[in-house]
Amino acid sequence: MSRIARRFATLAADKRAGLVTYVTAGDPDIAVSYEILKGLPAAGADLIELGMPFTDPMADGPSIQLAGQRALKAGITVDATFDMVRRFRRETGDRDTPILLMGYYNLVYRRGAERFCREAQEAGIDGFILVDLPPEEADELKPHAVKAGIDTVLLTAPTTDDARLPAVLRYASGFVYFVSILGITGTASASEDAVRNHVARLRRHTSLPLGVGFGIKTPDQAAAVARHADAAVVGSAIVDRVKAGLDEQGRAKPDLVPGVLAYVKALSDGVRGVRKG
Amino acid sequence: MNVTPNSFRTGPDERGHFGIFGGRYVAETLMPLILDLEKAYNTAKADPAFQGELQRLSLHYAGRPSPLYFAERLTRHLGGAKIYFKRDELNHTGSHKINNVLGQVLLAKRMGKTRVIAETGAGQHGVATATACALFDIPCVVFMGAVDVSRQSPNVVRMKMLGAEVRPVTAGSATLKDAMNEALRDWVATCETTFYCIGTVAGPHPYPAMVRDFQSVIGQETRKQMMDAEGRLPDTLVACIGGGSNAMGLFHPFLDDKSVRIVGVEAGGRGIETGEHAASLSGGMPGVLHGNRTYLLQDKEGQIIEAHSISAGLDYPGIGPEHSWLKELGRVEYVSATDDEALAAFQLLCKLEGIIPALEPAHALAHVTKLAPTLPADNLLVMNLCGRGDKDVFAVAERLGMKV
Repeated sequence: MSRIARRFATLAADKRAGLVTYVTAGDPDIAVSYEILKGLPAAGADLIELGMPFTDPMADGPSIQLAGQRALKAGITVDATFDMVRRFRRETGDRDTPILLMGYYNLVYRRGAERFCREAQEAGIDGFILVDLPPEEADELKPHAVKAGIDTVLLTAPTTDDARLPAVLRYASGFVYFVSILGITGTASASEDAVRNHVARLRRHTSLPLGVGFGIKTPDQAAAVARHADAAVVGSAIVDRVKAGLDEQGRAKPDLVPGVLAYVKALSDGVRGVRKG
Repeated sequence: MNVTPNSFRTGPDERGHFGIFGGRYVAETLMPLILDLEKAYNTAKADPAFQGELQRLSLHYAGRPSPLYFAERLTRHLGGAKIYFKRDELNHTGSHKINNVLGQVLLAKRMGKTRVIAETGAGQHGVATATACALFDIPCVVFMGAVDVSRQSPNVVRMKMLGAEVRPVTAGSATLKDAMNEALRDWVATCETTFYCIGTVAGPHPYPAMVRDFQSVIGQETRKQMMDAEGRLPDTLVACIGGGSNAMGLFHPFLDDKSVRIVGVEAGGRGIETGEHAASLSGGMPGVLHGNRTYLLQDKEGQIIEAHSISAGLDYPGIGPEHSWLKELGRVEYVSATDDEALAAFQLLCKLEGIIPALEPAHALAHVTKLAPTLPADNLLVMNLCGRGDKDVFAVAERLGMKV
């Protein structure tokens, strides 16, 4: 059983949904980014998505675009991202919190899918969410991910209809990520009704846990998602807290890391306040 | 290792791949829409009513066929190959872009879409899209890098007069690639009602094949016109390449004619060796961006490097996937011309032939000035003069220090 599957099994036994937190690796710089990463589990993050910055993040709104630019300027690389995870596993001794890399396929392709999967696994990474690798092109990654024991979390969208869902789910493992709105990250929010209906539809097709994201900005919205899905995914709103902790020169103020983690705690309280069946 | 195919004209395969290139690397939200588009395009392509309407517009609205013109003075000046221009700069809106746009906007209408978006670099595709949207009464939004908005301001004015909304994009390098990112972001949010009219032979399948099909009219006319003029096929074809749509339109009908030498000219910017250029094939590596795998300007990690060219229409770090495939197969030669060489060619054409070319085909011409003198007088060379230079005159005047 993968670390992701184990985490969702634990959540189910605890009768609650999980909180998946996204932060961009290397934002605002590698040292501060690592401090945030290290503090996330204690603040209540059940799974961690670590964004790999890309120069052309076509599915991301302004918050994550700017976070990526800050991180690239600070010198983040794929190797440095792997190092952050390796260090996290070693220094915190945390063997339970799953860490997923989220980003765009070109960084995987340039390194070579086989090598990328192997190195990611060795660093302590559990899954990938690759925004621009739909099932139509997933064959070039999937066998290498399977061999390395890395879960591939595929995205489903409101436009993914019942006819298409099985093709997407065939490649999915770990959990299924439902993009709750038509649009890019950090913009509009879905209504609770829409989330309920889509989650119910997805459950007819898969027994994998369901994570719902895009547009969740407040603890109340996270709680609303937690009432229906197995996990709420929050990204842009957390990244905005990183930006809020920067001074005019773009350097981290002393309260940046505590500010980000306090916000994650509030989200987590929202999610944990929902008792399930 | 590439095996030479029986035909170079059969790509892409059913998944949109040209060898390892092409494909559909898009967010899941867009994937069902792209599959719908492919279906709708295949149906339209086989429908005589659609083709008939496109031909009617092409003839009476766009002004096709464009002339195949023997450039006698330039030929004498260079002293070598007999040079013909395929004069796509004489089309309505001033470039080859209208060929593709009429096809796509007709398709948008047919699919019941109520809004059209486009990206543009030099503004030629934006103007063509704004034009077709005015004609078909569809709201139109054009994404354009803020840098390009200022260096191609005449086209911004034209788009606005035609009723389009122009959205300047300030992200990244604020040029064509960023305009395309922003158009894709808009499309993800509006895909149920909006048609994305891509201006070149790039993007996710079916765009590279569809845009090529609409542009192939250039090569088909050239075949016929050259047979009429000289009684045989041309020996050499030359075209400039940014994304590569004018080049693919000229080249594709000739790919299986082994006697025809085919040359694509990328933008060499300040010189390939300086790293400041837009020559993805000469200076790039295969990668995945904007929905397809193709040659890209990128670093070792896979981060995209900003392109540089004096020509806003060529200032793009990628290229259509079919060009990447033709390069690897060796069927087409790809070379480059620098900013300065293009400027010199621009001035030469004004002086010798009374034609002000766009800076994009000025790159093709720059290579012709090098290539033609090495060829015998009976070598029939066709260069695609794919755009006129009205949009560039102020920028060129400034660069040359000309007092206006």
